[in-house]
Amino acid sequence: MSFLSSPTNFFTSKLNDALGWARKFSIFQYPFVTACCGMEYMATNCSHYDQDRFGAGFPRFSPRQSDVLFVVGTISHKMAPVLKTVHDQMCDPKWVVAFGVCTCTGGFYDNYSTVMGIDTIIPVDIYIPGCPPRPENVLDGLMKLQDKIQKGEQSRTLYDPRTKIGRPAELAQGYTIEGHIKHIESVS
Amino acid sequence: MKPLQRVQEQFSADIIETHAFRGDETAIIRPSSLLAIAKFLKETPELDFNFLMDLTAVDYLFYAGGRIQKEFRFEVVYHFFSLKHNHRIRLKVPVDEKSPEVDTLCNLWASANWYEREVWDMYGIKFKGHPDLRRILMYEEFVGHALRKDYPVNKRQPLIGPQN
Repeated sequence: MSFLSSPTNFFTSKLNDALGWARKFSIFQYPFVTACCGMEYMATNCSHYDQDRFGAGFPRFSPRQSDVLFVVGTISHKMAPVLKTVHDQMCDPKWVVAFGVCTCTGGFYDNYSTVMGIDTIIPVDIYIPGCPPRPENVLDGLMKLQDKIQKGEQSRTLYDPRTKIGRPAELAQGYTIEGHIKHIESVS
Repeated sequence: MKPLQRVQEQFSADIIETHAFRGDETAIIRPSSLLAIAKFLKETPELDFNFLMDLTAVDYLFYAGGRIQKEFRFEVVYHFFSLKHNHRIRLKVPVDEKSPEVDTLCNLWASANWYEREVWDMYGIKFKGHPDLRRILMYEEFVGHALRKDYPVNKRQPLIGPQN
């Protein structure tokens, strides 16, 4: 039996596997670095941890040529429209990694200037919390992203702060001033 | 002679209060005399304050939990330094809540330009004679002044996305 005469479903599923395999080892990333998490991002990229082992070592500074948007650091309300534009400019298929707890939930910021999680603006595939996350943590997130790319999955939904739907349960609480005061009182 | 003594001698009528803590000399002055004193600090050779290190403001609303009532709500704080003589002085100018306005120092120190824009952005204090008094940190759509103590801590004004 020749290769082309094989059943269509068998052929396409194998093609998707092959595409996923190729994509997950050639991640062209767009580093959207705004804050201190960038130092840990650089450490992950350098020789000791070496993101390039996972095929993700080559940052592209044009959104049109990249597959994965790495949002590294606090996003302010002033910066939010820029981030949305960069995400809109990326071609499908595209993935978004929220690097650091500020991008996941707003982190310890609860004020006039900070976006409380970038998943309120753009869909997020992988959350890497930590302030900042250690390189091991980042590589773990990167491997989870590779699994997602292999399966051909993409996040399409935003987080709604009113219904609290669309964010992993571990992150859903986020930081609040009331919660912080309660924590201080329970410790002291 | 210490810079503070020099200023006190020259402008005794315009100085409300002075204090010094471990060599940090401070003078609280009348708003009307700010330009004259600043010019004196900069242009007197033995003072020669050629460096405006910092310019900021303080909002004394709810100061000490509301137990201490200040006569004026705001204070604009100036830190000067002389590179030549290696000495410092701090000026404080009380500002009224109803007409928050002081004179600009842009014509004496160019660095005052952005500092004054920041104080306008965060506290809503105007600077008379400033060449370009726009917001510097927040976006133009932002309503109010974020570091005023009566700005609600949970109030959000996002450009895009939900009111989270």
